[in-house]
Amino acid sequence: MNIKKYLKVYSYFNYSSFSIELEYKINLFIDLLTSILGLIGSVFLLSIFFTNTDKIGGWNFNQALIIQGIYTILNGVTNTWFNPNLKEIVKYIREGTLDYVLLKPIDSQFWISFKRISPTGLIEILLGFFVISYCFYINNITLNIWSFILLTITLICSILILYSLWFLISTTTIWFVKTWNATEVLRSFLYMGRFPMDSFSFSLRIFFSTVIPITFITTIPSEVLLGLSPAWKIILEVLVSITFFIFSRKFWKFALRFYTSASS
Amino acid sequence: MRKNIIEVKDITKSFSISAKSPGIKGTLRHFFKRKTIEKKVVKNINFEIKEGEIVGFLGANGAGKTTILKILCGLLYPSNGYISVAGSRPFEREASFLEKITLIMGQKQQLIWDIPPIDSFYLNASIYGIEKKEAIKRIKELSEMLEIESELYLPVRKLSLGQRMKAELLAALIHKPSILFLDEPTLGLDINAQANLRKFLQIYNKQTGATILLTSHYMKDITYLCKRVICIHEGYITYDGKLEKLLKKLSPNKDVSIICRSRKDIENLKALNLEIKNINDNQITFTINKLDFKNTLKKILNKYDIEDLQITEPPIDEVIGKILINKK
Repeated sequence: MNIKKYLKVYSYFNYSSFSIELEYKINLFIDLLTSILGLIGSVFLLSIFFTNTDKIGGWNFNQALIIQGIYTILNGVTNTWFNPNLKEIVKYIREGTLDYVLLKPIDSQFWISFKRISPTGLIEILLGFFVISYCFYINNITLNIWSFILLTITLICSILILYSLWFLISTTTIWFVKTWNATEVLRSFLYMGRFPMDSFSFSLRIFFSTVIPITFITTIPSEVLLGLSPAWKIILEVLVSITFFIFSRKFWKFALRFYTSASS
Repeated sequence: MRKNIIEVKDITKSFSISAKSPGIKGTLRHFFKRKTIEKKVVKNINFEIKEGEIVGFLGANGAGKTTILKILCGLLYPSNGYISVAGSRPFEREASFLEKITLIMGQKQQLIWDIPPIDSFYLNASIYGIEKKEAIKRIKELSEMLEIESELYLPVRKLSLGQRMKAELLAALIHKPSILFLDEPTLGLDINAQANLRKFLQIYNKQTGATILLTSHYMKDITYLCKRVICIHEGYITYDGKLEKLLKKLSPNKDVSIICRSRKDIENLKALNLEIKNINDNQITFTINKLDFKNTLKKILNKYDIEDLQITEPPIDEVIGKILINKK
């Protein structure tokens, strides 16, 4: 793979996306406002849960706020890259414009996953980091280089899991053509990620950490920050993310064999 | 001698399609238990195309033209058979193969809708690994040939259909492909825009020696550009050869309209054992075989007092229309 070529193409993807976003100024402003209000709403909801209790699943409010911060970052990543790109797969397949993607000497999964970028999601990522920085202060956390590296690794793994899940569901469009609802279900599952894994019942904990590892992806980075995560959990997340990613790639290549292209 | 750039042997392509009966009952049955039909769209086709040729695919809607184009450019896997395009197996979609081809579809677009076409051109150039300096040079050359220099900086959504199609062509040709697959490139364009596009394709073929395969329902595209045509009917090739020969084969007759001075002459002419196409007042139109044409016409001119005479060949659309309904 020619990394230089891919970086250049990616810079053009970003440039064209920014140009498109800036064409519609009001929309940009509304999106910005939505992300700020979304964060305020989530923190408010979390505070309601803690009104009559100090701890949920062993996590106090200040600690649970870290999960909220991680969730905000991941939601920002979703809104910046996954949502604008992966919901387009349906359009590519229904309208047959996937033809143009497949005829370019470039990795089709790369094209489909990175063609668009929604800059307002970047604000959400920044807000997420802001919440986490605030959590350092209220939880008296001092970030050393080791926990910083672990946080980076677990965050990347979380993003990779989320991406692979999203991409896997979107890929099924090749057979079913319309699968918007399935990604919407995944989005609502992502809301579960705002709460600590331990606050769910045992069966739900198994479901949300194995079948659809949503809580997994927010809880582990938060535990890393609090110094509560055992090494096996981190290794498990790394393994799960690599497995999911490889599977999503293989599944895409397999699905393309069934692509029939829209009729003219 | 030019060598073959495309070789197709015994290619077959089938699709499974789910059929639905009408009405609520049919819809519910379709929802719970789908009846799938295996439909053969392309049936054992064989042909070869030489470097630099322009070949037109003719056939009615659903005949299998677009499917063949899509198999040739690697978008669809053939169910059976051997295929080689520019020395590669198209469906493997190797980068070296994709750099040699391009597909242009009249009804689909690759340009980014909200931004000027120039941005899409740079994006495409980067995908094909073309340096910016070289990309600028190519965009300048092609935009001059296509006469769209002034539209390069306007958002695509503000361009007319004709301008947009030209920009689509530029985006598809920036990597200098040696094989062009065109699926109804002039669809929806006005007469002048169609003519400009045809002219451009002819010049491009002459200048670069590129091979062009095209489908079109506008006969002018075919007659202007293609010396050779391949006719397809229900997935079979029914004719592969020179367009001129096909036209001769399909239109063996000419029409002769004769205006007579009197009604009596019309009656006399009617008595001749010729195929009458139309009679209108003092005008009678015969359909005469091209082989007997000279003699028959001589006989009429010597024998009858004629005021005026007009010889016409059937319009090409009418002739080609016959291909679309005839199997052989």
